[in-house]
Amino acid sequence: MELKGTVWKFGDDVDTDAIIPARYLNTSDPKELAGYCMEDADPAFPARVRPGDIIAAGKNFGCGSSREHAPIAIKAAGVSCVIAGSFARIFYRNAFNIGLPIFESPEAAADVELGDEVSVDVNTGTITNLSKGKTYRANPVPPFMQQIIAAGGLISYIAERMKRQCTK
Amino acid sequence: MQNGVNQMPMTITEKILAAHAGKERVVPGELVSVRVDLVLGNDITAPVAIKEFNKIGVKDVFDRERIALVADHFVPNRDIKSAEQVKTVKEFSRKHGLPHFFDVGQMGIEHCLLPEQGLVGPGDLVIGADSHTCTYGALGAFSTGVGSTDLAATMATGETWLKVPETIKFEFEGTLKPWVGGKDLILYAIGAIGVDGALYKAMEFTGAAIAGLSLDGRFSMCNMAVEAGGKNGIIAPDEITAAYVEGRCRRPYQFYRSDPDAVYEKVYHFDVALIEPQVAFPHLPENTRPVSEAGNVAIDQVVIGSCTNGRMEDLRIAAGVLQGRKVHKNVRLIVFPGTREIYLQALKEGLIETFVTAGGAVSTPTCGPCLGGHMGILAGGERAVATTNRNFKGRMGHPESEVYLSNPAVAAASAVMGRIAGPEEVV
Ligand code: SF4
Repeated sequence: MELKGTVWKFGDDVDTDAIIPARYLNTSDPKELAGYCMEDADPAFPARVRPGDIIAAGKNFGCGSSREHAPIAIKAAGVSCVIAGSFARIFYRNAFNIGLPIFESPEAAADVELGDEVSVDVNTGTITNLSKGKTYRANPVPPFMQQIIAAGGLISYIAERMKRQCTK
Repeated sequence: MQNGVNQMPMTITEKILAAHAGKERVVPGELVSVRVDLVLGNDITAPVAIKEFNKIGVKDVFDRERIALVADHFVPNRDIKSAEQVKTVKEFSRKHGLPHFFDVGQMGIEHCLLPEQGLVGPGDLVIGADSHTCTYGALGAFSTGVGSTDLAATMATGETWLKVPETIKFEFEGTLKPWVGGKDLILYAIGAIGVDGALYKAMEFTGAAIAGLSLDGRFSMCNMAVEAGGKNGIIAPDEITAAYVEGRCRRPYQFYRSDPDAVYEKVYHFDVALIEPQVAFPHLPENTRPVSEAGNVAIDQVVIGSCTNGRMEDLRIAAGVLQGRKVHKNVRLIVFPGTREIYLQALKEGLIETFVTAGGAVSTPTCGPCLGGHMGILAGGERAVATTNRNFKGRMGHPESEVYLSNPAVAAASAVMGRIAGPEEVV
């Protein structure tokens, strides 16, 4: 599968309060959350983000709280994937669990700029900056994460396993 | 815990993970499926988890006694939507007969409440849908934050998967200066290594200064492990831990310690005699400075409380500074005790009276202002000194407001002075 979109560029240590401020956490409705996505980092983002757009950022993306509302908001805003130098631990886990594709590549994250057209081959982790004609290789996804993706997220994975246990 | 000839030495984190994976040993990098002793959710994360749990298609939770659901973030309910969220959690708890659901009246901030109620103990493996779940490492438990989907899966199965982290050891040697506590040690360490300095790693705190630290101080330290990117913070249990958990813990517990020859990814050594009370400037917990180098920073609000510094020792220290003094006319002081029991004890000791007499407002336990939820939101351009754990942009309100993190003594002194101030300027 290939993802293709225009880049929104952010810096290092983008925290979960920037991705979805706590004042909006009295709902878990993805559509509503998407309306505030990245608001404190770039107030124009929620109104201007287009389906397929890609978020690129520096190190430690998603640091801070465990709120799954953060990857949910990004996904519901139509963002196809996030490319970052590194991801905070809980965000990393949450993104896989809910099926938001994320790619770790310090080189790609450093090079891409706002407005670049970028494509990502999800299977191989190859990131291509179409505007600059450069390619990068994302760090490999751990095998267990691949199983979760293949199952369609953690809940489907667990549901499948529980069913097998019951019929055993 | 004996380390035989053929056994590889392990850290305390590795030992707890091995025990819960049913293995003799584990090594960093290994992916293990572990049994959890307790799983935790709150009024923000549990509603999402409940939705996911219902999709799994199991009738019951894995163990009613091992699930704790705490309504603490937007309570007493801030608005209709918050009320609906708490209702979802309450109804789920009733339906599944969960004994450990805490609502207004019994509740406290989750990470103050669970240890106090004896729901977590040494040697436990705890996961919680809240990033500061790492707090319980202060008891010698392995605990870490996850998201709502992991909470849902664990409520169904009683298990989760974890990658065994490498451990970074932080040795704190020497004698603490006056007014320096656990909060300062952890802020100092985060200042030294950065907000991703321990990304995916276990942070083990050791040394003479830790051995002398009260449990409240240890909770503050492990609480903020996540602020350095850490997976967990942990302190080996000792007599201080034993005194705390005896007669309190509802389940049997076990003391683990790292083997003397355990392998660490890195070792940091700090001489605490050189550490002053710390202040983390906006907008990252790593922007630390000694309070004497804070400069003249006028403030509008002081917040004392949270899962980092809302415990008895914190309130006693703050009240000690505020006793017989007045809050500066430009400053709002908000104190929020961590739990109902802490609130009650503070009432008995006269601390609440001290805060109110000084001109402060005392709240029922809630996360409230800590996450910019309610009960103390900042306007654009306003500045707060807070004993909380995060000072991200907009954390306590308007995106143009600022939060400075400190210990309770500095916060109380700043409330009196109307600017960031060290306690010795006041007391
Ligand atoms: S007090 Fe603050 S940091 Fe602690 S659980 Fe509540 S919101 Fe989170």
